[in-house]
Amino acid sequence: MNTLKNLLVLCLFAASAAWAQGNLEIDTPAISQVRGAMQARHAQLAPHYASGAVGLTADGRVELRDAAAVPLAQRQAVQALVAQENGDRDALYREIARANGHPEWEAEVRSTFAHRWIERAQGGWYVQSGGKWIRK
Amino acid sequence: MNRLSGVMIVGAALLAGCVTINIYFPAAAAEKAADRIIDEVWQLKKGSQAPAPAEGKQP
Repeated sequence: MNTLKNLLVLCLFAASAAWAQGNLEIDTPAISQVRGAMQARHAQLAPHYASGAVGLTADGRVELRDAAAVPLAQRQAVQALVAQENGDRDALYREIARANGHPEWEAEVRSTFAHRWIERAQGGWYVQSGGKWIRK
Repeated sequence: MNRLSGVMIVGAALLAGCVTINIYFPAAAAEKAADRIIDEVWQLKKGSQAPAPAEGKQP
């Protein structure tokens, strides 16, 4: 009976903790670092979103979709930016899942972000939808 | 004895509840978290976070 009581208390505690969690943890040092790096990089990426050179993919990443829209001299730099951005985005999704105690949530975190990035992209930016690029 | 089985059923239900709650992905919370990070990265909320350093410096 005593063990049962203990179990009950433990369960109530766990359940209330889970219910109280209306937010995901996104303020760990690892996540903050990635957020800062992405914010700093955005100033460099924004003109390429606007020109259509870089688009937002359906899997929560960015892609150089039209290299011809970038002057030849800048092309390598933009490719590097895209690669760094994707590295940070992958880390962001992984770290959010891990910070919340569920590394297996990574794919769902990614797809949630993918929808939100695309939904909130500015007019004129290219986003991937159903395997095709669409100009918003 | 009836009381004991009642308590046991409630206990089992709660235990199942704990497990279920922790397994499901909190979609609404994830969307909220995504929006917060997108606001920050794309600097969509003027004046809330760091002062946008890139403004006025675009080519």
